Amino acid sequence: MLALTAVIFLSFTGCNKGGGNEILIGEFASLTGPNATFGISSTNGLKLAVEEMNNNGGINGKQIKLITYDNQGKPSESQTVVQRLIKNDNVVAVIGEVASSNSKAGAPICQQNKIPMVTPASTNPEVTAIGDYIFRVCFIDPFQATVLTKFAINSLKVKRVAVLKDVKNAYSTGLADFFEKEFKAAGGEIIEVQSYSAGDKDFKAQLTAIKSKNPEAIFIPGYYTDVGLIAIQAREIGITVPLFGGDGWESEKLTEGKAKDALEGCYFSTHVSTENPDPAIQNFIKKYKEKYNAMPDAMSFLAYDAGLILFDAMKRAGSTEPEKVKNELAKTKDFMGVTGKISINEQRNAVKPAVILEIKGGQFKYKETVQP
Amino acid sequence: MTEFIQQVFNGLSLGSIYALIALGYTMIYGILRFINFAHGDVFMIGAFSGYYLGIVFAFSTGGGFTSLAMAIAILLGAMLICSLLGFTIEKLVYKPLRKSPKLTILITAIGVSLFLEYGGQLVFGADPKSFPTLLENKPVVNLAGAVIGSNPLVVLITAGILMTVLRLIVMKTKIGTAMRAVSYNPTAASLMGININAVISFTFIIGSSLAGAAGILYGLNYPSIDPLMGILPGLKAFVAAVLGGIGNIPGAAIGGMIIGLLETFVTGYISPTYRDAIAFGILILILLFKPTGILGKKEIEKV
Repeated sequence: MLALTAVIFLSFTGCNKGGGNEILIGEFASLTGPNATFGISSTNGLKLAVEEMNNNGGINGKQIKLITYDNQGKPSESQTVVQRLIKNDNVVAVIGEVASSNSKAGAPICQQNKIPMVTPASTNPEVTAIGDYIFRVCFIDPFQATVLTKFAINSLKVKRVAVLKDVKNAYSTGLADFFEKEFKAAGGEIIEVQSYSAGDKDFKAQLTAIKSKNPEAIFIPGYYTDVGLIAIQAREIGITVPLFGGDGWESEKLTEGKAKDALEGCYFSTHVSTENPDPAIQNFIKKYKEKYNAMPDAMSFLAYDAGLILFDAMKRAGSTEPEKVKNELAKTKDFMGVTGKISINEQRNAVKPAVILEIKGGQFKYKETVQP
Repeated sequence: MTEFIQQVFNGLSLGSIYALIALGYTMIYGILRFINFAHGDVFMIGAFSGYYLGIVFAFSTGGGFTSLAMAIAILLGAMLICSLLGFTIEKLVYKPLRKSPKLTILITAIGVSLFLEYGGQLVFGADPKSFPTLLENKPVVNLAGAVIGSNPLVVLITAGILMTVLRLIVMKTKIGTAMRAVSYNPTAASLMGININAVISFTFIIGSSLAGAAGILYGLNYPSIDPLMGILPGLKAFVAAVLGGIGNIPGAAIGGMIIGLLETFVTGYISPTYRDAIAFGILILILLFKPTGILGKKEIEKV
C-alpha cells in the first residue's frame, strides 16, 4: 500500500508538465542540410536508448516520449525549434545538438527556461559555459587539440603544419585556436593559417597558398561535407602530405566518391572506434544494425549515452522536475555508457579518452587511444 | 611564381564557369531587357541532370563511366534537359507576362528561382550529393611545381568551345541575325517579319543549355552538388554580365573570367573572408562609375 502511494505520488510530481503517463523529451538535430548525417546518426542512437528504456519499463513507471525537430543544421532554426520544444510541447529535458554552433544557439533558451540540456557531441568548451543546466557527454576541444598535437608530433612526426579552418563555425575556429596554441607549445611550427566558409566549393586558392609554404601536414578542423572537397582539390593541385582533423570528419559520407582516394592515409580524432572489441560497443553496433540496417558512427554512440545519463539522472531524482534532474546530472559519476565511463566534472563536461582513426580504402581504421 | 601560375589557372577555370552562366543572363537581357534570376537554378538543374544521368549510365554499363564519349553524352544530355526547362519556364511563366511592367517579370523570376531551389530540396533531398567522376583527373602540366590537372583543363577548353559555337551562331546564322535584330529593336524586327516568339524561345534554349553545361563543368571541378548550389554562382555570374556590359556576349565572357581571377587572387593573397564581397563590391563600383560595363554601349533612352 505504501509502495502504491509512493508510485501515485511520484507520478503526480512528474506530471506538472507534459502528459500524464509520459515523460516528454525534446531533441533538436540536423536531419536535413549539409551536415545531415550528424543529425540522422544521433537521432537514431537516441531513439534506440528511448526504446530500450521503454521496453524495460520506462523511468519510474512512465514511458518516455521523444519529440525530434529538424533544425536544417542552422543556428537560427535551432533557436526556433528549441523554443517550440519548451514552450509548446512542454518537454522536461532537451537533447542536442552535434554541431557546437547549433548547441550554442539552443543552450541559452534551455538555460533561461531552466530546462536541462545534454549535448551528445558538441566539443566547443563555450557550450556548457552557457549555464548550469547545460551538460555534455563528450570530451572538449582543448583536450582534442592536445590529443592531435601529441599524435602529429609523436606518430606523424611532423613539425611544420598548415591550418585550414571554417570561419563560420564555432567548433572549427575553436579547435584551430587550441591546436595552434598546443602545437606551438610542443615545439611545432604553424606555417600558414587559411580559412574558408562552410558551403564554399572552391578551395584551390587557399590550398595553393598553403602548398607554396611546403607544410609537412595540413590540419583541417572542419566538417565532413567540406573536408572531402578540400581533400580532392588538394590532391588535384599536387599536395601529397597527410591531412588530419577532429571529430567533425566522422561520417560515412566523408569518403564518398573521389574523396575516398584523396583521403587515403589521412587521420582524425574522434570519440569511439567501431573496431573496438569491447562487448558494450560491439553489442551496440549489433542492435543499431538490426534496427537501422546501417553502421553507427560516433554521433550515434554519443547520443545513445546522452539519453542514458539523462534517464539515469531522472531515475535517481525520482522525478522529472528540471531542477532535480539538473542536480542529479551534475552528480553523474562513473556511469557506464557505450563510449566508456562517463563522469561529469564541475564544468559539466565529460572526461573521456579520445581515439585516432586512420582512413584506409574508405574505411576508418583504429590507430591509437589517448587517455585524458 | 609557381604559386602565381597556379592561382591564375585556378582563377581561369573558375571564371570560365561564371562566364558560361553569365552568357545566359546577358543573352536573355539583350532580347527581353530583364534579368532572369532563375538562371542560376537552371545551372543547378544541369548539375543534377549530370548526377542522375551518371547513375543511369553507370548502371547500364555496370559501373565505370570514365570514357570520354560518355562524359560528352552526359554533357549534351544535361544541356538538352536544361534547354527544355528554359523553354518551358519562358512559355509557362514569362510569356504571359510579356506585356506587364518589367518589375512584375523580375519578381516572377525570383519566384521561379525559389520554386526550383526548394522544389529541388524536396525532390533531390537537401544534403549535398557527390558528383560522379565523369573523367579521371590526371596531372597534365607541371610548370615549376604548379600542377595543372586534366579536369580544370577540360573545363577551360569545353567552355572555350561552347563560347566559340555561340559566337558563330549569333554572328553567322539566320537565327543569330534575327536575335541581334530583336535585341536592337523588337518592334522593327517584328515588322520585318521576324517571329519574335521563336527568337525568344531560341534565346532561352541556348542560354539555358549553356547553364546546363556550366553545371556539369562545375560538378567536374567541385564534385559536391546540392539544390542551393546555384544561388551564389548565379549572382556572381550576374555581376560578371554587368561588369562585361549587360546584353553584350563577349563582355559576359570577359566579365566571368575577371570575376573568377579576382576571387581567386583575393582568397589566395588577401583573405577568403572577402571572396564573396569582391564580386558584389565590383557590382557597386561598376554601377557607380561605368554602368554600361566594359564592352557595353551607351544607350540613349528616349523620353
